[in-house]
Amino acid sequence: MNWNSALPLLIVGSSLLPGIVIFFLAEERVVARTALNMTGALVKMVLVGFMLWGVYYGEQFEIRIPMLPDLDLVLRAGPLAMLLVTLSSVLWLVTTIYAIGYLENSPHRSRFFGFFSLCVTATVGLSLAGNLLTFLLFYELLTLATYPLIVHRGTEVARLAGRNYLAYTLAGGALLLLSTVWLYSLSGTLEFTTRGFLSGLDDTHHPALILIFIMMIAGLGVKAALIPLHGWLPQAMVAPAPVSALLHAVAVVKAGAFGIVRVVHDVYGIEFASSLGVTLPLAIVASATIIYGSLRALFQVDLKRLLAFSTVSQVSYIALGVALAEPVATIGGLVHLVHQGVQKITLFFCAGNLAETLGIHKISEMRGVGRRMPWTMAAFSIGAFGMIGAPPLTGFVSKWYLGSGALEAGLDWVVLVLAASSLLNAAYFLPILHAAWFKSPPDSWPQEHKFGRRETAWALLAPTLITATLTLILGLFATAPISPLEWVRFIASRGFTP
Amino acid sequence: MIFLVPDFPWEIIVVALPLAGALVCFLWPRHASLLALIAALGVAGAVSGLGWEITTHGPQRYAIGGWGAPLGIDLYSDGLSLSMLAISALVGLGVSIYACGYFDSQKARHFWPLWLFLWAALNALFVAADIFNLYVTLELLGLAAVALVALAGGAEALGAAMRYLLVSLLGSLIYLFGVALLYHGSGSVDIMILAQRVESGPAAWTAMGLMSAGLLLKTALFPLHFWLPPAHASAPAPVSALLSALVVKGSFYIFLRLWLEIFMDLGASPGQLVGILGAAAVLWGGIQALRQTRLKMLIAYSTISQLGYLFMAFAITGITAWTGMLYLLLSHALAKAAMFMAAGNILHFGGHDRIAELDRVAQRLPLTLAAFSLAGISIIGLPPSGGFIAKWLLLEAALDSEQWWWVVVLMLGGLLAAGYIFKVIGHAFTQADLSHEARAVPANMEWAALTLACAAILLGFLVPAVTLLIDIGSPFDARYAG
Repeated sequence: MNWNSALPLLIVGSSLLPGIVIFFLAEERVVARTALNMTGALVKMVLVGFMLWGVYYGEQFEIRIPMLPDLDLVLRAGPLAMLLVTLSSVLWLVTTIYAIGYLENSPHRSRFFGFFSLCVTATVGLSLAGNLLTFLLFYELLTLATYPLIVHRGTEVARLAGRNYLAYTLAGGALLLLSTVWLYSLSGTLEFTTRGFLSGLDDTHHPALILIFIMMIAGLGVKAALIPLHGWLPQAMVAPAPVSALLHAVAVVKAGAFGIVRVVHDVYGIEFASSLGVTLPLAIVASATIIYGSLRALFQVDLKRLLAFSTVSQVSYIALGVALAEPVATIGGLVHLVHQGVQKITLFFCAGNLAETLGIHKISEMRGVGRRMPWTMAAFSIGAFGMIGAPPLTGFVSKWYLGSGALEAGLDWVVLVLAASSLLNAAYFLPILHAAWFKSPPDSWPQEHKFGRRETAWALLAPTLITATLTLILGLFATAPISPLEWVRFIASRGFTP
Repeated sequence: MIFLVPDFPWEIIVVALPLAGALVCFLWPRHASLLALIAALGVAGAVSGLGWEITTHGPQRYAIGGWGAPLGIDLYSDGLSLSMLAISALVGLGVSIYACGYFDSQKARHFWPLWLFLWAALNALFVAADIFNLYVTLELLGLAAVALVALAGGAEALGAAMRYLLVSLLGSLIYLFGVALLYHGSGSVDIMILAQRVESGPAAWTAMGLMSAGLLLKTALFPLHFWLPPAHASAPAPVSALLSALVVKGSFYIFLRLWLEIFMDLGASPGQLVGILGAAAVLWGGIQALRQTRLKMLIAYSTISQLGYLFMAFAITGITAWTGMLYLLLSHALAKAAMFMAAGNILHFGGHDRIAELDRVAQRLPLTLAAFSLAGISIIGLPPSGGFIAKWLLLEAALDSEQWWWVVVLMLGGLLAAGYIFKVIGHAFTQADLSHEARAVPANMEWAALTLACAAILLGFLVPAVTLLIDIGSPFDARYAG
């Protein structure tokens, strides 16, 4: 085995191995556990750095492990894969620091961090998947690894939320399995290919292919929280804050969105998918989800639930960008994969800080909190403005590309959807910001913890500030040579030119 | 090395060694567990020896005493027998290690000889080359199994054992009628000779019907499954593991063999009927498992559901379906053994197996819970387990031949399995508010369960090896090449 085939395996293994070891660590071995976590996260970052550099210069990273007759497990690094791999490895590092601070002295930490590592392993694995079988494997692993995190609190509410989550995701997984096997039986291959591998099939298979597309999108849409399959997501908010952060920013919802990108681009091929007439319905469902999520967010009283519905809305930008079947819109959708990730993780970190420090869970309790926790609320404001899509922040960049692409594709109504979404985002975020910064604080907070002179523990604050800064930088320097936007253009330049 | 000459009779060793072990354990009960472990290791070694012989020299036919069929007794082993022997050796080894910590000395002196005797009968069954020998081994297997169920003591177990005994005897008896009919019609009991001589006709059909009915009763195919849940659930944990993982597979193996070699050629063979019963078993077993309040009953109903998948292959047919079926058989053996062992640990630790109260127990047995969950992943058919490969192959075969209804059953069966597995696991994470009188679980019992569960997962990565193995002697290819 040479370096080029070992690297994908090492990247997956760099979180798998620490995860497995952590399961066997005794609860009180904090130092060993932290060391393992951090080493794994840092090693992964370094390896991903190598891989990014290699992929940019056209290096091939691929490993094949025989699994089924004539069907291998394939890990392959391509530009699209690297988008999610990089995002998840960076945010894993940050979230790990946050989680260590957040879960200090709470029970079952070995179990938590074990599954946490498995969760990232699954995310990285499904990004690097070179065919649908490999994707399916890691997609299901992700379901299993996140379940214990959602029920981590061990309350009856958590148990029911977990059960609901499983009902949705396992049914989705079953649909994905069925459609994958069906596709294999029709085409004899499952290998992701630029421009898809199905356009050569006989016309008589087209009805079947349309049905398979619907089943695949439904199976993936469960995790991507497309309506009407989003029901599990707001309930899953019972999970601890770092879990929600990871779930909403990189792991679960992104796995679904990423899968939709893969299916449309590398399984069906965008031209073939449009000719089957399946992309427009997808765009409509995505648009409906965008509006619906924002509307529901407007009426939430609980901060985390508001953020959850905001995720429902925002993640559908990715599906929308892909479904518009137009290069510029695709760039907007793909870059939102990264942009939504850093914004949303910032917001969830902030929500966690508020809950841990002051016991704030409800939006109504946030009056004047800007004075008590200025740094946290500054980060929150950056994330919120990003979500609204105020220039020059990240959200604006995504929306700009989505809108231009929609006009290019002749679908003017999409611009209206985007504008409506921005307005709605503003309608639910701005009152919060106004209350937090300009209203006077109450006499006492629901449940206050003191952290000396700092507003909160540094392990909670530092990750929040890092991701907030990232949100700023990615927006301000969107056209810098190493930005996600440029990388996405690099992807698009390979996918669309013949 | 003298032991590695091609015609060294490994077939005899794999039968004689556990038999000798049973005798020795009976004579020196004080050292029974040590002697049994040595015997178990020996059997595993002998199976490897046979495996080496078969993979290098192809399928083996061994005439005991040099007489040969039709006068003497022949033993035959090909890839199919070898995979059954191998899985029995693996599960048997795991159960032996587990049982070392499970039984008190009084019960152990009964358990070890019976278990090794059962193992000998099972191995003899897998290498038998004629339908009468199959009958004899089946009968011995049934008797040993009944005695092991009764080992638990108590009215419940004795009642279940009694019912099990009657069903077992009835099944073998019906099967024996069929054997007599076939022998009468074609003058031989050797499977290979029968395959050439038996001709389609009322006599052969009757024989097929009788033999199938007897075997399906013993394999607990829906609606003949009524005896299985109480028997499997009331037995001691290692025995439950053996019954669900291996013993039901014995009669299934006979059915499969006869089907492939003889019944398929008779025309009017009821493959679709068997498949429909299998599908019904998948759904009925799954629904029943979902409704259970006791862990061991849930696992027992899960066995009924999983056995149903095996029979669906008879309707789907084709080499892909057969491979999937065999994969399911192997992974189910590992996973179900692990599951019953895990249930045994929970029962041992907390003194009960009420699912709703498991939270007070499961949280303090992480290894056992891990074993249960990993085994559950294979039972549900989630990747990358052996169960996933099986389900994928069955799905692929059904889709390739455009038999949609089986696809629906396969998907529903998986969802039902997910339902009953997570019904158990869900309780493991809720906070326990009540401290419980607990009995520590020996490490070997936890690790034996976990190892078998991991093996069920790892099986998912062994497809190339397993397909190579079962191709030896082409047991499935004979009539359905491609």
